[in-house]
Amino acid sequence: MTSPQATGSEAAGSEMAGSEAIARAPSRPGWERRRIALGRLWRGLRADRAGLIGLVLLVAFVAVAVAAPLLADRHELLAATGRGRANLAPPSREFLLGTDEIGRDVFAQLVWGTRVSLYIGLLANVVAVIIGTSLGLIAGYARGRLSSILLGVDDFFLVLPFLPLAVVLAVLLGRSPSVLAVVIGLTSWAGSARLVRAQVLSIRERGYVERARALGGGSWHIVARHVLPGVGPLVIATATLNVAGAILAESTLSFLGFGDRFSPSWGKVLDGAQSSGAITRGAWWYYLPPGLCIIAVVLAFTMLGRALERLLDPRLDGR
Amino acid sequence: MSPRYLFRKLGGAGALLVGVAIFNFFLFRVVDRDPLAKYRGRTKLTPEQRQAAIARLGLNGSKWNQFVRYLGQTIRGDFGRSFDSTRPVLGEITGRLPNTLLLVGISTALTVGIGLWLGAKAGWRRGSRFDKLSTAGSMVLYATPEFFLGMLFVAFLGGRLGWFPAGGVRNVAAGYTGLRAVLDRAHHLVLPVTTLTLGYLGSYSLIMRTSVLDTVGEDYLTTAKAKGMPDRQVLRRHAVPNALLPSISQIAIGFGFVIGGAITTETVFSYPGLGLATSDAIHNTDLPMLQGLFFFSSAAVVLCNLAADLVYGLIDPRVQAS
Repeated sequence: MTSPQATGSEAAGSEMAGSEAIARAPSRPGWERRRIALGRLWRGLRADRAGLIGLVLLVAFVAVAVAAPLLADRHELLAATGRGRANLAPPSREFLLGTDEIGRDVFAQLVWGTRVSLYIGLLANVVAVIIGTSLGLIAGYARGRLSSILLGVDDFFLVLPFLPLAVVLAVLLGRSPSVLAVVIGLTSWAGSARLVRAQVLSIRERGYVERARALGGGSWHIVARHVLPGVGPLVIATATLNVAGAILAESTLSFLGFGDRFSPSWGKVLDGAQSSGAITRGAWWYYLPPGLCIIAVVLAFTMLGRALERLLDPRLDGR
Repeated sequence: MSPRYLFRKLGGAGALLVGVAIFNFFLFRVVDRDPLAKYRGRTKLTPEQRQAAIARLGLNGSKWNQFVRYLGQTIRGDFGRSFDSTRPVLGEITGRLPNTLLLVGISTALTVGIGLWLGAKAGWRRGSRFDKLSTAGSMVLYATPEFFLGMLFVAFLGGRLGWFPAGGVRNVAAGYTGLRAVLDRAHHLVLPVTTLTLGYLGSYSLIMRTSVLDTVGEDYLTTAKAKGMPDRQVLRRHAVPNALLPSISQIAIGFGFVIGGAITTETVFSYPGLGLATSDAIHNTDLPMLQGLFFFSSAAVVLCNLAADLVYGLIDPRVQAS
């Protein structure tokens, strides 16, 4: 599976002796090459204002998700164990963002919701990336019947309308947050499979792949060692963009009634605000913050994803 | 358009429709291992009731028998009866279809029109203030869940200011007739249509912007400019038509998302169409309704894609060759 030259260069690391390094210059040690590429990516990202803002926002949201227990008491999520009494109380010193229709602290729901929303968005994306990348790789690398069958399956899933399908799956499979993540992943891989396949088609014809094949490399070796690293950057960029879509999808499904009421995501908080009539009763502290959080985190992933796409895909240079 | 292209596309759409029908069966009879549990809810059934329910839901016989029966029923448009209203699903759907067609039709026309215009103008003047504003605005719109937008409209324009009705399709109490009824209807449509339009405007504008950017370096634009054609005409006559081509299939795929948007938008505005029916069916675990709605919305997207392919074939002879 691994070629001798690849293991050799990785084992040698960066402390390779000068003359030897020059002799092997065309295939620099893998890790060093990756470190340099990463450094270039970081410098590019620092120069890209929108991408940097996205990154900073994301770090902030992840920090809130991680530090949730420090910021708000989990017991506030249940009316029985929370401090709240007044229903739909406006913001005060005790309740920064007021209370909901059963007297629960909205701020606590928002803080803990960061965890739920990010968790579902990321897990959904992992599922979608795994399915999309592997099907895209196979469809692009394989020829003949297998490739056209996979392409047909991809066409089919690309046409199926996302939300009706996700709704049906969620009704049939269950309403818990983890099931929602899997449902979103299962329904949103088709686009990235298409992208990966196109990229594989172009990589497959490149010189170094042909060389590996001529040297007797098997399909598995070529895909794992040459094609996958080639599509890697594209996968990272589209995956970042897709997290934005997954978080939107999660909020939509939660708004329609899926998810856990007592460990609410932001979309679920909005569902509570909608079904309790908080909107017509002027309880802006209940519905504005979760909506703005969704917008902010989706924007962050979009801006970062677009920046990564520009940096990793030279064809998009300067857009 | 060559007959061969036409038949190939018609055949493809037909195969997709058959695929949707099979997938629909797979979802509701294989993925769902116990449809009866969702039908009876928490009530206990006597053996006789159980037999009757199994027969009524078409759950008797082997899976293959069920499948053959299901296909026959689907072809006849029989999707069973709603658990909730006990009326036939087909009637429930066709009864609400006009409301949704009106909402989705107007919104799609507006989104496509405005989105393409914004995207074309932004892409043509890349880096200009218009481009920066329009791109930033499109990204914010993309990031905003359309139902949140709808909630804001209900809260401020509907509730606080009272300019628009916050829900429904008509003022039943007033009993308007003639022109007044039409105006009343339009008045009720303003907020849902605005919500759905803004919700998907961002994606369309970003798609069109990228398409126009792709044409900017092309030789035919240089030629057009070189022969002294005014800039606006180069954009309108050469860049936009060429940029539209790749956008057409994206618009058709985007239609699937607009249908999703209709579900949440109709829910926010209690607008009695297929979207609100979907949301009700979720809350009532109304499997036959969900099955029918899923089939209908998938079929709508398949037909929309077919239309896009045919339009594409008509205006761009190159695709027929490939």
